[in-house]
Amino acid sequence: MKNGGKRIGILALQGDFALHARMLDRLEAPWKLVKHVPDLDEIGGLILPGGESTTMLKFFGEEGWGEAIRRFAAQGKPLFGTCAGTILLASEVLNPPQERLGLIDITVERNAYGRQVDSSVRYGDCPELTDHPLEMVFIRAPIIRRVGAGVRVLGRAEGLPVLVEQGSVLAATFHPELTEDETVHRYFLRKV
Amino acid sequence: MWEYDEKMKLKIGLAEMLKGGVIMDVTTPEQARIAEEAGACAVMALERVPADIRKEGGVARMASVKIIKDIMAAVTIPVMAKARIGHFAEAQVLEAIGVDYIDESEVLTPADEEHHINKWPFKVPFVCGARNLGEALRRIGEGAAMIRTKGEAGSGNIVEAVRHLRAITGEIRQLTVLREEELMAKAKELGAPLEIVKWVATNGKLPVPNFSAGGIATPADASLVMQLGAEAVFVGSGIFKSSDPAKRARAIVHATTHYHEPHVVAECSEDLGEAMRGIDVSKLDQKELLQTRGW
Repeated sequence: MKNGGKRIGILALQGDFALHARMLDRLEAPWKLVKHVPDLDEIGGLILPGGESTTMLKFFGEEGWGEAIRRFAAQGKPLFGTCAGTILLASEVLNPPQERLGLIDITVERNAYGRQVDSSVRYGDCPELTDHPLEMVFIRAPIIRRVGAGVRVLGRAEGLPVLVEQGSVLAATFHPELTEDETVHRYFLRKV
Repeated sequence: MWEYDEKMKLKIGLAEMLKGGVIMDVTTPEQARIAEEAGACAVMALERVPADIRKEGGVARMASVKIIKDIMAAVTIPVMAKARIGHFAEAQVLEAIGVDYIDESEVLTPADEEHHINKWPFKVPFVCGARNLGEALRRIGEGAAMIRTKGEAGSGNIVEAVRHLRAITGEIRQLTVLREEELMAKAKELGAPLEIVKWVATNGKLPVPNFSAGGIATPADASLVMQLGAEAVFVGSGIFKSSDPAKRARAIVHATTHYHEPHVVAECSEDLGEAMRGIDVSKLDQKELLQTRGW
């Protein structure tokens, strides 16, 4: 898949950014690891990976990331968060409340399924993206407790919204990058 | 046989989420909060840091359940805890209280001098130490979902971690150039399962994440092991045995993320106060070494 030459940035402060890069390689989409704010000027879309949201927030607090990413989004450039990335993008965070970008109108509860022993692989439905059940890996995952009026639910697993979209922002509580299924990344690339 | 089944996917999955981060040893809820506040991606709950275990001697066991639970309640990041080599009952206890990762660790006094824990039946993932590829692949064969270098814990000396990291990555590179019929003899030499030896020869890396531990005390130490191929770092005594733990912890987190940018490592190395004192490992008696535990 070619992307009009637009590179995708992958936020690489901490977490599973290399797995997103592997997925973009499979889709032949050019990418760049984003480690400093000025890197945002060189990309057409941004992936916020899984990892520890509290760790990434430490960097946000010190290097002006919040304002820069909001400016990036205001230019209509697409963003895609998985797990910790979704927590960063949300408008409200519970368990406990913490800083966030507020770029998608959802409330997320951190570690809402429990600890690592409660992590699981589930199969969910994303009818607008694919007609096959999607393998979804949840690692100490958050749960979306509230979906704002302007937010579309694209995917559900066991009744809960797990893939949501508002304008140019896409957010998953699971890790498509941990599977071999390219559906969600392919969908994101179409937005770029 | 090694299998990347659903269970292993979840175990390795959490290790993937810790990549590019720093896992810090803590002994109290207060230390755990300092670590989280500094940007640790996980903490290791234990009763004594390795430097104190080394100094005080005696039998080093799994930390008390109360300490581990208090630390779990104090932070939102993953909490790991150590079990003695071969002590599967300690591991069962750690799983029962819900720790996120178990370190079957040579830092504690071994409970079995022949066998490690069979890690496959557990739902909780395990990390194990290794000094070379053979040791790493034996642990993976037993079900470990993450490997870390052993280094020499509590020494504040990076030399052993470097030795182990270079051994593992060097031996992996050698495997990739062998012909298929040479792999059985190599598996015999390594004392490792043939299936996993073949996997590594084909893929040029371990089938699980490869982190570094044992002697990391400065931001430059973290940068060094990351540049040598570690995917994340464990810092044990290096933080809370230094003069300004919060500042040093934050600096090591930054240096791990920006390990390939010397000017960032330089910036966060400034004005850190004193590092832990450290030990010349070559002056240690063979029986004082922790890294030789494990089989």
